[in-house]
Amino acid sequence: MISVSTEAEKKVIVEIKGVNKIYGSNHVVKDLDLTVYEGEFLTLLGSSGCGKTTTLRMVAGFEEPTSGSIRVEGEDIQNKEPFERDVNTVFQSYALFPHMTVYDNVAYGLKMKKVKKAEIKERVIHMLDLVQLGGFEKRYPSQLSGGQKQRVAIARALINRPKVLLLDEPLGALDLKLRKQMQLELKRLQRKLNITFIYVTHDQEEALTMSDRICIMNDGVLQQVGTPYEIYETPKTKFVATFIGETNLFEGSVIKKSGRKLHIAVEPGDFAVEDENENFNQGDMIAVSVRPERMLYSDTPVDGFNLIGTVKEQVYVGSVLKTIVILSNGNEIKIERLAGQELPTGGQVYLYWGNGDAKLIHTFDNVFAQAVENIVMQ
Amino acid sequence: MKKLSRHTFRSNTLPSMAMVGPVTLWLAFFVAIPLVYVFIMSFCSIDESYNIVFKFTASNYERLFNPNYMQIYGTSILVAFLTTILCILIGYPFSFMIARTKWKHKALLYMMVIIPFWTNSLIRIYGWRTFLGTGGWLNHLLMTLNLTSEPIEFLFNKGATVLGMVYCLFPFMVLPLYTAIEKLDQNLLEASSDLGAKGHTTFRKVILPLTMSGVFSGSIMVFIPCLGYFFVSDILGGGNSDMIGNLIERQFQSGNNWPLGAALSIILILITLLLVKLYQKAGGDMDSLGV
Ligand SMILES: Nc1ncnc2c1ncn2[C@@H]1O[C@H](COP(=O)(O)OP(=O)(O)OP(=O)(O)O)[C@@H](O)[C@H]1O
Ligand SMILES: [Mg+2]
Repeated sequence: MISVSTEAEKKVIVEIKGVNKIYGSNHVVKDLDLTVYEGEFLTLLGSSGCGKTTTLRMVAGFEEPTSGSIRVEGEDIQNKEPFERDVNTVFQSYALFPHMTVYDNVAYGLKMKKVKKAEIKERVIHMLDLVQLGGFEKRYPSQLSGGQKQRVAIARALINRPKVLLLDEPLGALDLKLRKQMQLELKRLQRKLNITFIYVTHDQEEALTMSDRICIMNDGVLQQVGTPYEIYETPKTKFVATFIGETNLFEGSVIKKSGRKLHIAVEPGDFAVEDENENFNQGDMIAVSVRPERMLYSDTPVDGFNLIGTVKEQVYVGSVLKTIVILSNGNEIKIERLAGQELPTGGQVYLYWGNGDAKLIHTFDNVFAQAVENIVMQ
Repeated sequence: MKKLSRHTFRSNTLPSMAMVGPVTLWLAFFVAIPLVYVFIMSFCSIDESYNIVFKFTASNYERLFNPNYMQIYGTSILVAFLTTILCILIGYPFSFMIARTKWKHKALLYMMVIIPFWTNSLIRIYGWRTFLGTGGWLNHLLMTLNLTSEPIEFLFNKGATVLGMVYCLFPFMVLPLYTAIEKLDQNLLEASSDLGAKGHTTFRKVILPLTMSGVFSGSIMVFIPCLGYFFVSDILGGGNSDMIGNLIERQFQSGNNWPLGAALSIILILITLLLVKLYQKAGGDMDSLGV
């Protein structure tokens, strides 16, 4: 968005346009537009049931879009069967063939392509080394640990050198330690082989650490696509702001605009913020997101802010001092700082934040949707 | 997983003893004692008025090598083999369809296989005889349509026996097949397709190997009873396709030579054990034979 020129240089590998998926009366994916670039690590992130798996399955060819088109390298794949698509999948349940050895599992795709035996052997051995499973050729899936099965599943897909690798929560079944280790390994493999990854997870930390770009979905609707930094720092919707990391959200409207300065009224008070991109006008509905680590407090009033609360509790979590402040409307505000003066419970504080620490989000859509809903209800 | 459950069963020795006790008694009374009885009888002789006398002889077993009997064994194996093959060929696609259909009344299809189980098979076999006989409906229909001028004899040959056997034993093939196919993980089929396999390759490389256990247990459950279903070859085969079952039946009935019948029975039991052993050797799961 910021750097249009560099995006144009990147080669588009998957293009999802206006895709909908409807099961009976259940609209699971809604008007999805998504462009994936060659060699990138793109993560689909969203809560359970938001349509991530369905989206992957449509790219893999196990599910047909109700409408819209999916292109891989510019070619419409609508009429291609899964076995004709240059795309491979790592299933959440691994889906290793239980009656085949690790070797035969990994060799499966190459056998289908009628690659010569000697070459298959060489590539399988190499691939198993790459996922650190050298010497496991003769084992059956039932003789492997969860992490090992998972690596076989990845090897089995990667050996085909697909244009795009789809991974559906591949680390979901692993314990925390193994998951962290596999995250690094996956990232290393992806860089080394330079294959485009479309990765599904509902673990936001995983998404933030592994991805080049994250695509956030909610209830079948794409909310925002961007780098982890963009997603965290400039959420475009209320959903994204609250979904990624912790945040404090103030909802209200712009009551006055003077230059770049917006005066905003919210339920428990009012304040002024800087609108750097001049996106807002007087009367607009707005949500202001302030991360706990950016929230500040003082025991004397602060110029430009009228947000008064009482301290509910204060605890040290590791080296971080966490404070919860209750506003006049009952909302809880979370504040995190590295040490500092402790406040007495029940004491009154004035909340504020630094210039640029508040993210401004249009909530017009939500209000509009609400209005439509009200009309429909009547 | 099966191994694991057996292991845990064994490790709880006390409660399992309590459970196994009555079962052992039951087995002793209704299986072991009759078996021993038959075994002993197979070495007994008969006097001129066909009474069993407890005088040891191996002649009953010697008589088993009679060329006429040999031919009957051959017929038995042939009929049982054909029946099994036909049951697999019809049963596999059939089971596949009911196991994988997305239709919500899937249970109905399954019931359609089970329900005939609840009526007497003798009656159903007589039904076939009425249908196929020279004065039967089929011939009636063919003659009305002028497809034949004379009634055709469909009955009293090996073909009719095989037909009756397939008809009677089909559910025994479908049940284990259905179970095996039902258990098949959809993801494996998708994975195979994802890796570039066309439908028939997926069938050959993934579906068939993973449902082979069902084919094996189905085959055992069709082949073995087939050797013993004497009434089918009696009614539909009319003496032209006698099987071991008929032979045994005749010794106990008209032949009135119980020791010989007992010897034949022992042979049949040995064949059964041999087949089950082969099945186990091939990696078959004993639990899926339990009905
Ligand atoms: N075959 C199907 N028939 C009907 N509804 C379906 C089908 N597959 C998925 N759904 C519905 O579509 C919605 C989205 O499912 P999907 O599996 O894509 O979610 P997800 O984002 O992958 O969730 P999770 O994180 O739990 O895996 C769910 O409400 C689900 O019930
Ligand atoms: Mg999912």
